[in-house]
Amino acid sequence: MPDISYLNDLVIQVRRDILRQVHKVNSGHPGGSLGCTEFFVAMFQEIMDRKEGFDMNGTEEDIFFLSNGHISPVFYSVLARSGYFPVDELNTFRLINSRLQGHPTTHEGLPGIRVASGSLGQGISVSVGAATTKKLNNDDHLVYTLCGDGELQEGQNWEAIMYAAAHKVDNLIVTVDYNGQQIDGSTDDVLALGNLKAKFEAFGWTVLEIENGNDLQQVIDGMKSAKELTGKGKPVCVLMTTVMGNGVDFMMHTHAWHGKAPNDEQLEIALAQNPETIGDY
Amino acid sequence: MKKYTDTGKKDTRSGFGAGLTELGKKNENIVALCADLTGSLKMDEFKANHPDRFFQVGIAEANMMGIAAGMTIGGKIPFTGTFANFSTGRVYDQIRQSIAYSHKNVKICASHAGLTLGEDGATHQILEDIGLMKMLPGMTVINTCDFNQTKAATIAIAEHHGPVYLRFGRPKVANFTPEDQVFEIGKAVQLQEGNDVTIVATGHLVWEALEAANSLHEQGISADVINIHTIKPLDKEAILNSVAKTGCIVTAEEHNYHGGLGESVARVLGENTPTPQEFVATQDTFGESGTPAQLMEKYGLNAKAIHKAAKKVMGRK
Repeated sequence: MPDISYLNDLVIQVRRDILRQVHKVNSGHPGGSLGCTEFFVAMFQEIMDRKEGFDMNGTEEDIFFLSNGHISPVFYSVLARSGYFPVDELNTFRLINSRLQGHPTTHEGLPGIRVASGSLGQGISVSVGAATTKKLNNDDHLVYTLCGDGELQEGQNWEAIMYAAAHKVDNLIVTVDYNGQQIDGSTDDVLALGNLKAKFEAFGWTVLEIENGNDLQQVIDGMKSAKELTGKGKPVCVLMTTVMGNGVDFMMHTHAWHGKAPNDEQLEIALAQNPETIGDY
Repeated sequence: MKKYTDTGKKDTRSGFGAGLTELGKKNENIVALCADLTGSLKMDEFKANHPDRFFQVGIAEANMMGIAAGMTIGGKIPFTGTFANFSTGRVYDQIRQSIAYSHKNVKICASHAGLTLGEDGATHQILEDIGLMKMLPGMTVINTCDFNQTKAATIAIAEHHGPVYLRFGRPKVANFTPEDQVFEIGKAVQLQEGNDVTIVATGHLVWEALEAANSLHEQGISADVINIHTIKPLDKEAILNSVAKTGCIVTAEEHNYHGGLGESVARVLGENTPTPQEFVATQDTFGESGTPAQLMEKYGLNAKAIHKAAKKVMGRK
């Protein structure tokens, strides 16, 4: 188990990776990526029981699905820095002939990716399927999913949420990146989500909240608590409040950086706020 | 001419059900999902035999496709069952992203395809599904002609790694292919040898093509009849060899002429040997309520229509 100061360093390094990836190709989604940096570091470094290397079937290990595929920069950075593929490959993000497509895909065989995502609202269904197969295979490992809050406006999610409770898919933990922002503005302005906790509970899920999803220790503790809630007949939802654009002052608390890359000057300021720790790719 | 005998009318969907039952007994990785149409899809026996491997998802087809994609991770082979309309158009993006683009080993099994769904009318009579599915890279598209062939195809697709769309229907139709046939994906079946006109048919139109060949024979016309059960990948060799003999072709399908078998055949011919072709298919229209026979007559999808198209295309040589 890595110590917390290393993990904090890794968080800062991942933020740099995110910013440098999107800056280089002048496209991509830094806002949500930065907001979920602590979560990804916690999951891949601390929470999940992972095997060495990558096996599509994920047998006898915890597996993870990213439903809101547009935050690929943080996913790629953490996968690379967790040993799935060379860190240098982050240089190829969104370039032609790259395995690091704009949105994650299995098509080019990038280790760590088990399903394509990007068209929103499909990840929970896929996760329910994978969790069901784990049960059929008597594999007692867990399936984790991250989805966006705005993404919950897609109806398929609620089909999956209803199904998971009805079928007692209790080896599944769905974390909602609760940042209150989406492309056109705040979720309240675009299409208010209402009381998500009450909604998940009404659908038969156990709900746990992480008040500050940008506090690494809180995320680790929260996800450990979530693990304790599995295996009790109900799927588990973690409502994780985050700040979009976290760690870069001018990107925080706004939807403006949802899908916009910083220019040269903005990159310099953003990187200065996150000085190199483990080493740039 | 070879003689084909109808051993007793049966529905192709029951062929699917029988195939699934057999698969369930011999392969424990087979799982089945259904969106509240277990009886219609003839999945009851699989469900009774393997309640632990049957998943009722309710009226939620998008979720069903996503769950099926996820179930492949860990080695299961999911067969989804619902009507063709809800197996394709309703869930196109789920199939596109989570199954086709993600190379998932899901078998999308679709009943009640086309006009022969009958009285339920156009909301349920999809005539665009072959086109939708064949456009997806890596998707295999199969449309079987009778009970025996549907059963054989159901068993065969489990052995093929990759996404498959298996299309079949509701009405009881002639059952004439061999019970012990080996179903080879992508390999056309030559039903009659002839030199005057090629008839390439798929699904329920195959029996109609045989009947048309009989009536043409009575008029001294010999038709080369090919059962194209696999629309993608298409057996180009079978088509090109046939038109090399006949010089003209009729394609017959229970589908819109946009996006169907006919277009796939036309592409092969255009690239290799441009050939006069007539399309027995719906003419860019929705269907309507009626009995299957009435609808096939009204929309020109029967032996009579194939006969007429054959004579017309021969005149264009």
